[in-house]
Amino acid sequence: MWKRKAPTALAFAFIVCSVLSLMPKAFAASEQFEGRVYAVGQLKPIDSEPKLKVGDKAPDFSLPSLSGETVSLGQFLGKQNVVLSFVPGAWTPVCSEQWPGYNIAKSLFDGNDAVILGITVDSVPTLFAWTQQMGGVWFAVLSDFWPHGEVSGKYGVLRSNGTSERALFVVDKLGIVRYIDVHDVNERPNLEVLVRELEKLKN
Amino acid sequence: MICECIPVLKKSMLAICVMLVVGGLVGPTSLCKAADAPPPEGGVFPNINFPVPEKPEEQQYLGLEGKGTFTVSKIQAKVVILEIFSMYCPFCQKEAPNVKALHRMIEQNEDLKKQIKMLAVGAGNSPFEVNTYTSAYGMAFPHFADTDFSIHDALGKVRTPYFIVIKLGGDGPPKVIYSKVGGIGEPRSFLELIAKASG
Repeated sequence: MWKRKAPTALAFAFIVCSVLSLMPKAFAASEQFEGRVYAVGQLKPIDSEPKLKVGDKAPDFSLPSLSGETVSLGQFLGKQNVVLSFVPGAWTPVCSEQWPGYNIAKSLFDGNDAVILGITVDSVPTLFAWTQQMGGVWFAVLSDFWPHGEVSGKYGVLRSNGTSERALFVVDKLGIVRYIDVHDVNERPNLEVLVRELEKLKN
Repeated sequence: MICECIPVLKKSMLAICVMLVVGGLVGPTSLCKAADAPPPEGGVFPNINFPVPEKPEEQQYLGLEGKGTFTVSKIQAKVVILEIFSMYCPFCQKEAPNVKALHRMIEQNEDLKKQIKMLAVGAGNSPFEVNTYTSAYGMAFPHFADTDFSIHDALGKVRTPYFIVIKLGGDGPPKVIYSKVGGIGEPRSFLELIAKASG
């Protein structure tokens, strides 16, 4: 009897394993955001067309920041390397943990003479509430809310639904794009990869 | 087990077995072992394999040696406190000073340091990310990278931080005496709670 049923059972087990292997990995959600994060589900990994490549001059921009000041990319020219961290939106699952991770890695950015500029298409008040829930962040957070997604568009990371990609751009002190990672929007970029790219700027 | 069944299998069954083995090798086998819920208080802690730490001082701390993997029952202690965290989790970051203080409190007590050991698992964190976390907070007990979420899956995909306290006892299975999401709060109160629960 067992012998007859074994193939069916084994096939079923294989199918279950295969289906599970195709499922997206759940990120270890922080209790900090329990009940406060909107479940966006599995999204199209990348939903934009690239406009920049490594070696291009990074488009300059000026955006309002949480501190109330306007921050321009150009103000870092000749002074510091810049990591532009575009994330799709406030109060969404992966984004709510990506920046808190950078929060405890300040020394890694300082050690590579780099600042982070966090950018989303959300409004300043929304970004304020969201980052407060994180306990605040040490880097500048900029709002690409109006004209909606203009900077995201210039960098080729504006998705068709008006949010931005989860994208990292490393811009060196000469204003040249040295690294681009338009990441699968459903996943968090590996911190080590970014740090290794920053280390290359020392060479 | 698969190999044992091969002689009695027909060709079709053999093919399925091969598929299963290949599926097991290329797919995330840990997902197939995933738990639906965290280990409940009063239950037995699952038979999870942790990597033996590379650092000699961490091996010494846990009473382990060599390479490979170990299960919690191999730890030389009466009670094990396990934290599931992520370096990306702001709650874990906020809780880190309490966790560090708890460890220091245990290590400063000659009796407690022999009886209670702590370890932590960085859910979805690479070794680099775990190191970033332990360096940021000066953690001095073993923290393991769980890059592929396999341990996190086996512990019921808990939210972080999550604390599990396991009582080890002689020949019996490791028993879960505390299993909760959220912080430990004031370390001394947590230690008293653990002392009471572990008898």
